[in-house]
Amino acid sequence: MNKLGIIIKREYLTKVRNRTFIIMTFVSPLIFVGLATVIYFLTSSNSSDDSIYGIVGDTAGLDLRSIDDVQFTALDPQADYTDYLSTTSNLDAVLDLTSLADPVLYSKQSPSLSLVGAIENRIGKTLTAQSYQSAGYDMAELDALKRDVDVRIINETGRETSRAASGIKAIFGGAAGYLLMMFIIIYGNMVMRSVIEEKVNRIIEIIISSVKPTTLMFGKIAGTTLAGLTQFGIWVILGGVLFTVASTFIGVPLPGEQAAAAGGDLVGNREVGLAFNEILSLPLANLVSSFLIYFLLGYLLYASIYVTIGAAVDSETDTQQFMLPVILPLILAIYVGFFSVLDDPHGIVAVTFSYIPLTSPIVMLMRIPFGVAWWEVLLSIAILSATIFIVVQLAARVYKIGILSYGNKASWAQVLKWIRSS
Amino acid sequence: MNPVLSIQNITKYHGAYKALDDVSLDVHAGNIHGLLGPNGAGKTTMLRIINQIMEPDSGTILLNGEILRPEHIANVGYMPEERGLYKSMKVGEQAIYLARLKGMTRHDARTQLQVWFDRMGIADWWNKKIQELSKGMAQKVQFIVTVLHKPDLLIFDEPFSGFDPVNAELIKNEIQQLVSEGATVIFSTHRMESVEAMCDHVTLLNKGNVVLDGTLDTIRAQHRSNQYEIGLARELQLDALAMLGTVAPHASFTPDDVQSIVLQLSADRTPAQLRSTLAGATPDLTHFKELIPSMNEVFIQAVSSHE
Repeated sequence: MNKLGIIIKREYLTKVRNRTFIIMTFVSPLIFVGLATVIYFLTSSNSSDDSIYGIVGDTAGLDLRSIDDVQFTALDPQADYTDYLSTTSNLDAVLDLTSLADPVLYSKQSPSLSLVGAIENRIGKTLTAQSYQSAGYDMAELDALKRDVDVRIINETGRETSRAASGIKAIFGGAAGYLLMMFIIIYGNMVMRSVIEEKVNRIIEIIISSVKPTTLMFGKIAGTTLAGLTQFGIWVILGGVLFTVASTFIGVPLPGEQAAAAGGDLVGNREVGLAFNEILSLPLANLVSSFLIYFLLGYLLYASIYVTIGAAVDSETDTQQFMLPVILPLILAIYVGFFSVLDDPHGIVAVTFSYIPLTSPIVMLMRIPFGVAWWEVLLSIAILSATIFIVVQLAARVYKIGILSYGNKASWAQVLKWIRSS
Repeated sequence: MNPVLSIQNITKYHGAYKALDDVSLDVHAGNIHGLLGPNGAGKTTMLRIINQIMEPDSGTILLNGEILRPEHIANVGYMPEERGLYKSMKVGEQAIYLARLKGMTRHDARTQLQVWFDRMGIADWWNKKIQELSKGMAQKVQFIVTVLHKPDLLIFDEPFSGFDPVNAELIKNEIQQLVSEGATVIFSTHRMESVEAMCDHVTLLNKGNVVLDGTLDTIRAQHRSNQYEIGLARELQLDALAMLGTVAPHASFTPDDVQSIVLQLSADRTPAQLRSTLAGATPDLTHFKELIPSMNEVFIQAVSSHE
């Protein structure tokens, strides 16, 4: 095995065997699934106990039963509503339907908008039915004459898509971009710490008397990259297994099942089927390979910067002042991604940031599910690669000098001096 | 005989600072070659250049007659002054890793390590982490990984720092053993007593220049100051000695005591004249020796006269 291979192997094994890595890798999917489960249960049981609404007036022909979370109880119309809403009363609100055309809701607390909407809807339906009847129409006949229509959306390749497609694409793109940012930060810090460790332990001079500093640097970056890919791989497998298990045993519906359950009265089963088709017909292979390419390139770019910082400082506490220029473009990319790309994936801002090297890995990754011309991806990769080529060389210069400089007050000015002096 | 290492006209700048200024020196086979100098003299820069950690701005280095190439790192063992090991890595695993970076196979490294671990009495440390060892223990491991790949040229920068006297002696004996087995050693230190005890040849650097270079004996001979110490068992009339040179003031003589006189011989007098004078005048001579300057004195004198 050549020396680069020996270094990569050590760096990889050191990371992968690390207790924190093992815990992070195997526990975070558990935490993630656990959180998802908790959030699901919290959302589904968000509304507290059912409210009790008193009703004054004529409720004939009015169907209020199917309104969620509210029990309705008829009240003596003679009493004043203020008595019913006194502190000792168990009523939350009083719905005055004395005049159906002008209903009034007296409430202790602001009722939710959806509840008010539901009540308005039911009363409106009843009034409509009454006015149809008084005009001499038969409701049943009118219902039979009603027509529903679904617009079919067909994309340029002639494939039928779903209205939910944009949402699905946004979820895939957003998740990929966010994951990439997390990986860059976590593994960037990891490679930086490993550079600092060698300086602090003073083993660095022994190692670079055996291998070139650049070999060591690339070995470190490659080793952590492989560790990152390992973790990603394990998460994908573990996450899939855990979600299946969770949905089977705990009864949390899979996102698809949920959509199917809701589909009945919202968009119709055809829409749900199309949404599934949409996921399956997303260029998944394309997405995964773009994720891997942009992860590798993006990580290489940022890892070079992290390595530079690691070489320039004497201890981890000195790294704070260097972090902002690294984190800023990542955060910018995420914001551009979530606000510009998801709004208009082919808008000028989204396109521009998918070419700028420090933001392109994240922004382009978010655009890809919406369909990006191959030459655009290629151009973005080309610009990114050219930048990496330059940054890696600058990083190697700083690294070579930095790792042997102890007790320096590290600063960007110092780093620039090192770049110029070599 | 060709030198093992030949440094020819090396100049190296750190930014605007000239760390080495046209330095040349030869290290001969089987020697322990002391590389001395005050802080900032350029010793570490020189050692880093020999180890190909840095490149000189100009000049040539020959190892065994060949221009220094990356492959030569397998022929060099380096124990830097700033040294350490991975704290959370196990001793054996770490030693194998470092040996493989020097070009050894895993199998060779393991075999050699077992020999050395037994020799140094640390065989049961194999699975310990460095952070579990004391500083002195870690230094033993450090020494082993430096010499494990049997390099022709061994470079030690302050090898005894971090060792207690017992272990320092052990390492000193190991170094001498390696030399008797054919290794050549460059030995950089501030501790002059270890230079006198170990070195055959010495190069003194100051501010990037070679100030002194030669065998230990030659250098000391060059720095003879023609001083003699004369020990006497009874008080002597000093007139005869005063004719030969300057007698240093001495403590008053008491019976049963040995009187020690330091005589600075005049430039026109010879040691032979001193000897014959003493032979005639003082039957109670206890000892008579030339005062040869210690390396410490030579060092201070050479550096201060260079400045």
